Amino acid sequence: MLSKAQETDAARQALARLLPLAEEAARRLGRRAVLMEVCGTHTMAIARSGIKSLLAGSLDLRSGPGCPVCVTEQRDIDKIIAMAGQPGVVIATFGDMLRVPGTKTSLEVERARGARVEIFYSPMEAVEFAARHPQKEVVFLGVGFETTTPALALSIAAAKSRGLTNYSVFSVHKLVPPVMRALLSDPDLNIDGLLLPGHVCTITGRKAFDFVSAEYRAPAVVAGFEPVDILEAIYALLKQITAGQARTLNGYARLVREEGNRKAKEIMAEIFEPTGAAWRGFGEIAQSGLTIRKSYADYDAAVRFPVEVPEALPPKGCACGEVLKGKITADKCKLFGRVCTPSSPVGPCMVSLEGACAAYYQYERHEV
Amino acid sequence: MCLGIPGKVVSLNQAEQWAVVESFGVRKKIGIDLIDEEIAPGDYLMVHAGYAIGKIDQMDAQVTLEMWEEILDAE
Ligand code: SF4
Repeated sequence: MLSKAQETDAARQALARLLPLAEEAARRLGRRAVLMEVCGTHTMAIARSGIKSLLAGSLDLRSGPGCPVCVTEQRDIDKIIAMAGQPGVVIATFGDMLRVPGTKTSLEVERARGARVEIFYSPMEAVEFAARHPQKEVVFLGVGFETTTPALALSIAAAKSRGLTNYSVFSVHKLVPPVMRALLSDPDLNIDGLLLPGHVCTITGRKAFDFVSAEYRAPAVVAGFEPVDILEAIYALLKQITAGQARTLNGYARLVREEGNRKAKEIMAEIFEPTGAAWRGFGEIAQSGLTIRKSYADYDAAVRFPVEVPEALPPKGCACGEVLKGKITADKCKLFGRVCTPSSPVGPCMVSLEGACAAYYQYERHEV
Repeated sequence: MCLGIPGKVVSLNQAEQWAVVESFGVRKKIGIDLIDEEIAPGDYLMVHAGYAIGKIDQMDAQVTLEMWEEILDAE
């Protein structure tokens, strides 16, 4: 079967140029170069394209913490589920939170037991829902990176301007640059280059990632999502590795600007402020989360519906934390494919479409 | 969830900052509050969580939509 990466001429040419360069990088480093992507859509696009296996002999491509559902701490999942049990509360969420297993139960199970959980395509729909159901307390689950946060910020602004008092957001939003610092500082990882997440960079701007090359001396390239974009980005990373350079380049200038999306950054800063946050697999990372500012406390579900849950351990045997750090690939987890499958997921990395375990199960399983 | 899906602008309301976009033959109302540039029917937008985050060209949109169609079908 012809792989997706070979389908277009451009991709075929890029691949032909890439292989010798990957080999040269491997010679230079004395091992295969390690490149990491930190975006769920890249995870899927790379798995689906067959790029990884085509290059596996000379290049080590890893997935990092690019799936926001996956990096949500077990304890935060438990808090969300506890919130769903509060009287009058309707949990509003994007679809993929539903099946994420908490310590004892999931939103899906609680919904079957009578909790109100509504799935929305956009937080704005949830604001409309809150307006139509003034007797209900609508709590939107704010799970996501820089790409999702502006939408949640706008929903709070809209609820405020419409005078709604029954809409709030439970923010476990996370920021990509701080987790990249954690990855780049990890002595076990040896990351030689980073594919930067194209849509996160659309919001933040390319400049926000200059620190990768300036402070950590690692090359980085903002990458789009077509196979040819990804191949071009890998090429640009290998070029730098073989030349001993480190720069943060923009390979997705069609959408990504130097300064990012001004309006999105403004509305995010108006409603949210950075705070320490715990990530699955990583633990606490300073200034890596976003909390709702005090001036918007009326829209903060953590203030309005405080719940306490005990310390929580990740599901038994689940290696999601190691997968998210790029230390192992999904198939190295003992539960992968046997106990843990997309139809009965043990950990979040198998639940979410963009999770590394789900992507591996879908596209790469037969190659191992 | 953290998926950027391109949509073609079918109609729009600048005053209320929304547009109706079509992707995979399905129409959805999305917010255009975050877009600085001019938008016109026929343009393509990259949409995240119900909001456009930037304008894209048609070629980009088509290739990305094909990818999504396949990924979502495989589910
Ligand atoms: S295969 Fe399942 S159990 Fe193993 S790390 Fe992935 S999600 Fe966790």
